[in-house]
Amino acid sequence: MTKTTIPQEEFVFPGGTGCPGCGANLVMRYLLKGLGERTILSIPACCWAVMPGYWPSNCLKVPLLYTAFEATGAAMSGLRAALDVKGVKDVTVVGFAGDGGTVDIGLQAMSGAAERLTDGIYVMYDNEAYMNTGIQRSGGTPWGAWTTTTPVGQTHGFKHESKKDIMAIMQAHRIPYAATVSPAFPEDFIKKVQKAKAISGFRFLHALSPCPPGWRMNPSMSVEVARLAVDTRVFPLYEIEDGKVRITRKGKGLPLTEYLKVQGRFQHLTESEILEMQKGIDDIWIRLLLKESSGT
Amino acid sequence: MRMVMTGNYASAYGAKLSRAEVIAAYPITPQTSIVEKLAEFVTMGELKAKFIPVESEHSAMAACIAAQTAGARTYTATSSHGLTLMHEVLMWASGARLPIVMTNVSRAMAPPWSVWVDHMDSIAQRDTGWLEFFCQSNQEVLDTIIMAYKICESSGVMLPAMVIEDAFILSHTEEPVDVPSQELVDSFLPAYTPEYKIEVGKAMGFGSLVRPDQYMEFRYKDMLAMREAHDRILRVEQEFKHVFGREYGGLLERYRCEDAEVVLVAAGSVAATTKDVVDAMRARGVRVGLARIRAFRPFPHAEVRSLASKVEGIAVLDRSYTFGAAGAMYTEVKASAYSCPKRPVMKNYIAGLGGRDITPKILEKIFEDMLVVAKRGAEDEVEWVDVMGLPRRWK
Repeated sequence: MTKTTIPQEEFVFPGGTGCPGCGANLVMRYLLKGLGERTILSIPACCWAVMPGYWPSNCLKVPLLYTAFEATGAAMSGLRAALDVKGVKDVTVVGFAGDGGTVDIGLQAMSGAAERLTDGIYVMYDNEAYMNTGIQRSGGTPWGAWTTTTPVGQTHGFKHESKKDIMAIMQAHRIPYAATVSPAFPEDFIKKVQKAKAISGFRFLHALSPCPPGWRMNPSMSVEVARLAVDTRVFPLYEIEDGKVRITRKGKGLPLTEYLKVQGRFQHLTESEILEMQKGIDDIWIRLLLKESSGT
Repeated sequence: MRMVMTGNYASAYGAKLSRAEVIAAYPITPQTSIVEKLAEFVTMGELKAKFIPVESEHSAMAACIAAQTAGARTYTATSSHGLTLMHEVLMWASGARLPIVMTNVSRAMAPPWSVWVDHMDSIAQRDTGWLEFFCQSNQEVLDTIIMAYKICESSGVMLPAMVIEDAFILSHTEEPVDVPSQELVDSFLPAYTPEYKIEVGKAMGFGSLVRPDQYMEFRYKDMLAMREAHDRILRVEQEFKHVFGREYGGLLERYRCEDAEVVLVAAGSVAATTKDVVDAMRARGVRVGLARIRAFRPFPHAEVRSLASKVEGIAVLDRSYTFGAAGAMYTEVKASAYSCPKRPVMKNYIAGLGGRDITPKILEKIFEDMLVVAKRGAEDEVEWVDVMGLPRRWK
């Protein structure tokens, strides 16, 4: 097995205000290790709008433009245009947004930036709800999950709608590169970041970002749960390069319950509900295999 | 070079002569010919700029904000619903102290749909921290854009500015416009070199989170900047006059206000019509004048106060309405005049909403009404002019 050497240099310093066990902190750390210093970040309202710390502190070693919630894609286009017009070369423009800021309120601006072929990398760190505001459901929340706006009670129970398939949405934009990454697999993660960096045009990374407070789990479980997400195929690791799907890690194919049982947000699910959820995940996995084998 | 052009082309030429480097815009009636012209300038190589065809006005402003933060001079243009969609990011632009210049083709808000002029869209942005300039002619549109960059980019100001043209009356009406040479504009407006910009190698955060013990100081500095903008507008206009030979009367243009018994305060294209009416009435010996609000933000409080202490009556014409209060220009004028030792009688006239014509006849009747009101006092402090179902005394 060839091994990617993870760069030693750190671009996320201690002193950030993330929660213990924050997956988004790992996502930022591995992302910047892959991209290096010549990076400009644009971050909308999300956990990472708070995590760099209060002004004038900043735990990041790269410059950072905070933007309005729905504006990440547009900010990427603006940054790139200014760099181009000023003749500044060899800079990676990155939009770094949460799932709500991407699949809900920021979808339009991101779609616009992708359609305009803005030269930049959009990273969606996916903690599967509006975590910064306190665990409200988003279009990225999976079916079956408890959140504060999908409370478990007499009449409703949990989120009854599916998670938006953002990778399919981005594939439909015919962008040159899209990939899923997980903080449990940093080598795969950084390899994809470096691959994305070397391509020009609009690139997209979907990073699973375990959230101990929101997923109702012990902070020490973040990396383990991210690994289980891959091994149960809840979050398959794959890339789409020039429209072609390639699975980069098949996972062990463990039963879904292994992933669910360590998280409080799924504890209300009955056996039949878990079976239903398993069926949905199997379907998505089979479709992904078909996409890979058919070269689409 | 003297050319015949619409207000929209005057805007486009203003942005081109100012050497805007990034232009992000979304089409909306009646702004479209501005960005069409700019797209043409860019594609023909006449303007070295990046044109970002964004997918909404919100993204237009967000892209300008990002580009300006990275050190580029930016420009955009919009109208009515586009401007109000931008509302959030307008505050972002001023809070981030970015001297973005934008044309707003002032148009009524729906429902009911209207593509014609009134000032509701612009007035609704009065608390966003933008400088707001209302223009009377196409020449003034072009000149104000060039001046706005110079005013806004000065280190004591660093705030964005909105240059407002009335929908169709200016945007689509051709007038002779003197288009200055690029060399002359370059001699007046230097390149944009901000003190801070986002760049690799400098790990700075732009727009970070602050605590309650820090936030107010940022807003206080914005207030100081807007105060500084008042003086800067006057100074830049004097420099402009020196270079280009044109001036517009500062923040509040006073037209035949000396010895006036009654003045009308108004903004935008209606001021041109009003000047004709003033001339005609003066010829008959009636002592009337016009005070035209050029800058609504910062508001010319001192100028209004000085005027108010010399006249018997002030009529304020608002082309918008602040529901639950009165016309926004009226409340500002009234507040400014309150500290005068001798206060004039004041009345607010709401007219010309949704593109309704404000004719010379109507303006004359407003003056005549105000001359009576100045002596007897107003029965109704706010009167809606030329509205069906109300007393038909305006035509």
